[in-house]
Amino acid sequence: MNSAVGVRDLRVARGGRDVLHGLSFDVPRGAVVGLLGPSGCGKTTLLRCLVGVQEIQGGTVTVLGAPAGTPALRRRVGYATQSPAVYADLSVGENLSYFAAVLGAPHGDVERVLDAVGLGDARGRRVATLSGGQRGRVNLAAALLGSPELLVLDEPTVGLDPVLRRELWELFRALAGQGTTLLVSSHVMDEASRTDRLLLMREGSLLADAPPDELRARTGADDLEDAFLRLIAEEDR
Amino acid sequence: MSVTVTLATTRRILAQLRHDPRTIVLLVGVPTLLMVLLRYVFDEPRTFDRVGPLLLGVFPFVIMFVVASVGTLRERTGGTLERLMTMPLGRLDLLLGYALAFGLLALAQVAAVLAVSLTWLDLGLRGPDAALVLVAVLDALLGMALGLFASAFARTEFQAVQFLPAFVLPQFLLCGLIVPRGRMAPWLEAVSDVLPLSYAVDAMQRVSTEPGFSGLLLRDVLVVGGCALLALVLGAATLRRRTG
Repeated sequence: MNSAVGVRDLRVARGGRDVLHGLSFDVPRGAVVGLLGPSGCGKTTLLRCLVGVQEIQGGTVTVLGAPAGTPALRRRVGYATQSPAVYADLSVGENLSYFAAVLGAPHGDVERVLDAVGLGDARGRRVATLSGGQRGRVNLAAALLGSPELLVLDEPTVGLDPVLRRELWELFRALAGQGTTLLVSSHVMDEASRTDRLLLMREGSLLADAPPDELRARTGADDLEDAFLRLIAEEDR
Repeated sequence: MSVTVTLATTRRILAQLRHDPRTIVLLVGVPTLLMVLLRYVFDEPRTFDRVGPLLLGVFPFVIMFVVASVGTLRERTGGTLERLMTMPLGRLDLLLGYALAFGLLALAQVAAVLAVSLTWLDLGLRGPDAALVLVAVLDALLGMALGLFASAFARTEFQAVQFLPAFVLPQFLLCGLIVPRGRMAPWLEAVSDVLPLSYAVDAMQRVSTEPGFSGLLLRDVLVVGGCALLALVLGAATLRRRTG
């Protein structure tokens, strides 16, 4: 069992409506895998299944060799939600110190993750006074605490300028180099080319599960946005 | 359950309060102000001696109910609860962390009201002061635990605030403060017998009129403490790791 995540026939219904219709895929260890698809296609629901906070109707989700949501996984999986889940009335440092205490992260981990997301000088600032992009990075920093083996990141680069976006993708790449597995969702296609493997989602189903180069070759498209559109056209036919 | 995580949670909640001095002033100052008002509205020491201690049991209950229900609702809607549920944090760690932080706050609140009542307002108590503090803090914890529990049924802060009249006012009317419980219609008395605030107010009454710590006072204290614990356990049951 060498994959970090194994999903088989995963079905989820929310509010009486099927949101995920029997997904199956694997995420190899140490890879940066992109989860792409239009907004509302079920990306967040899928990520919630991996961290064990989503009720599922069928199928299995295995994370690092154990069923998703198992207590032992709570130290080994880092999760950053799309909208920042941090305390706006606390300072950046107070937020991270609290989460570090809950995780039992080693001493000095707060400085490490602040440096990693480029917020080293914002430690004493209250989250409420930060810009949207900075809040997103505090959120990401909290997910990095305790150096989890799997990082599940929901749209971590949304609202960031191109320079910061590139820096974060370099960070993701560096983490993968140290053996961390990353599953990163996005709805921006130009980020897809930075991944090792892509999961393309549409309306609760997987359209494709392949490396970016293979997708381009298979569809004969030059860029991934085009490849995605061709895959949709193929399926609709 | 982990002591480290519980204490970290308490520290975090106290830090949030420290960043919000206006809330602290309101929490500690408003009950004191109300007590002063009450003293001069009656303007008769005997009536104040009778009603004052009862209200000392009601204020912390009501205020902690509101603060706890809105506070935990913010935790639910802000996504931090979901983040914590993906972390190695037991549900009881979170609730006990809240209980400890708000318990300390209740202590400050009761200390302020009591200091003003016993000196300036000249409130006459026959029982030990410590018993009154104990009952008041238990009332605050009961209010907090019920607030945590109630917040599970609110989707918005608007709804959470509406739970105050729904959960609290019936208990307030039936607890014996307005009409002694023995003089109510039998069916109303029966209802008031199962409401926790009735025991809180009874306990306060005993502290103000009986010297020493009687067996009946102990019974009331145990009922209030037991209800707070029960509400906390029910509150824990409403915190679910997996949601739909």
